[in-house]
Amino acid sequence: MKRKCDLCSRPATHHSVEIVNGQKIEKHLCAFHAEQEGLTVKAQHQPINELLTNFVKLNAGVDAEPDESGTAGGQAKELACDQCGITYAQFRESTLLGCPRCYTVFEKPLGNLLERAHEGATHHIGKVPARAGVGEQRQEQLTRLRRRLHDAVDAEDYELAVKLRDELTTLEDAAS
Amino acid sequence: MTPARMLEGAGEWLRGSGPQSDIVISSRIRLARNLAGFPFVNSANRRQCDEILELTRKRITGISEKRLADRVIWVPVNDAPPIDRQLLVERHLISRPFASAKNGTPRGVAIGNDETFAVMVNEEDHLRLQVLRSGMQLGEAFDQINRIDNVLEEHLDYAYARRFGYLSACPTNVGTGIRVSVMVHLPALKLTGEIEKVKRAANQMHLAIRGMFGEGSEAQGDLFQVSNQTTLGKTEQEILGDFQHTVVPQIVAYEHQARQLLMQQRTAQLDDRIHRAWGTLTHARVLGTDEVLQLLSHVRLGVNLGRLDAVDIRTVNELFLLTQPAHLQKLTDEAMNPAARRVARAKMIRQRLGAR
Repeated sequence: MKRKCDLCSRPATHHSVEIVNGQKIEKHLCAFHAEQEGLTVKAQHQPINELLTNFVKLNAGVDAEPDESGTAGGQAKELACDQCGITYAQFRESTLLGCPRCYTVFEKPLGNLLERAHEGATHHIGKVPARAGVGEQRQEQLTRLRRRLHDAVDAEDYELAVKLRDELTTLEDAAS
Repeated sequence: MTPARMLEGAGEWLRGSGPQSDIVISSRIRLARNLAGFPFVNSANRRQCDEILELTRKRITGISEKRLADRVIWVPVNDAPPIDRQLLVERHLISRPFASAKNGTPRGVAIGNDETFAVMVNEEDHLRLQVLRSGMQLGEAFDQINRIDNVLEEHLDYAYARRFGYLSACPTNVGTGIRVSVMVHLPALKLTGEIEKVKRAANQMHLAIRGMFGEGSEAQGDLFQVSNQTTLGKTEQEILGDFQHTVVPQIVAYEHQARQLLMQQRTAQLDDRIHRAWGTLTHARVLGTDEVLQLLSHVRLGVNLGRLDAVDIRTVNELFLLTQPAHLQKLTDEAMNPAARRVARAKMIRQRLGAR
């Protein structure tokens, strides 16, 4: 009754039927080979969240793509965002990044993952905010000010906090 | 917030108007946006979340109304009673996780223009903009949301990078941050058992198919949400165009085919389903949500095929919403346990359908 995996003797838990050029292709795979298929066969598409979770799980312990050197793998494990403190390992657990800066810090491993998740795409080609040019500088400026403000409040240096708050408001108002 | 006003009927999206509304119930577009200078919601502390909420609320409510939308209301979600939150979920104005966020993250939602437009603040992303319209109106929905996005951008600094586009907490939304979805009513494909083929075809096209209430929900009432999963490496117009020129026309044609097949080859069985459903809805004394949605689905099919003329499509559409738990309790103005709700639901349906 129980069907075995097409590729090994374990019980098949993933079943799929695909029609390719009018030909019906049935696949019966165990969890292990189904995961492998999900990564290696582009035609077998999975919902994106599942793909991401599988990708993340499958790579747990293997820190980088095989084409990256062993040392790069070791570094990826320790990779942490210098702004929000989230590590790449934590991102793998939650599939959520910590802050906009994470995209820069994790650019390399993320690039591989995004390619798989977005049909091979590596770059944004859609809408660009009207203020994108000055945007990136401003974004950094805003981030720096907000961090200093939080530090000031934590240190109960309210005089500095008020000053920074004013600076921040001026900068924000310049946007509107 | 004014739940009383909301209860006068369904939002614009369930009016049953709009192009191809016999099959396409609604068109929805959402954009994920985050503010520069803040961590994403999942790693922000309470104070930062408060700041994000306050800054965004101030900006949104400060924008001269006509530029953003007519009549914008702001709902501080944390202060809203659970039933009001549930009401907003049922009306598709906020997501389920947003309604229930257990850790009490400060959050709010701005709702405007006949509920066609909503901005959730501090969901998974700092801002989740949504436009929801009835029938196949993706072009109109995109124009509306794009205009709102442009106005908001004048007042808020979005996190954006050249390579990755609009930066989102989950990398599956990065790039355009756009999620295009249509809610389609596919009772004939369900009856003929061909729905699985549609699902497979959709998966091949990198589309997700979900139930009426999105992620994780079962397709009750034969209502399916079809949405894009790829957000990077395509323009908004390309993603939209896929839906307008390929996805939706194909699904609509397929469902029409199945309806024709049922009418020609299974006439008696089809009519039996439709009139059985009508009979149950107009006579039953105890009705659960799932059962009601299935019955309404068959009645809706009957009305659209001209095989049942005892009710108009708008009333049927509204019942999909008004029979949901929070709406039912708001309408009857009392909190009820599920058993009492089933009795009240059957009574309300009989009243609305003009039965005794």
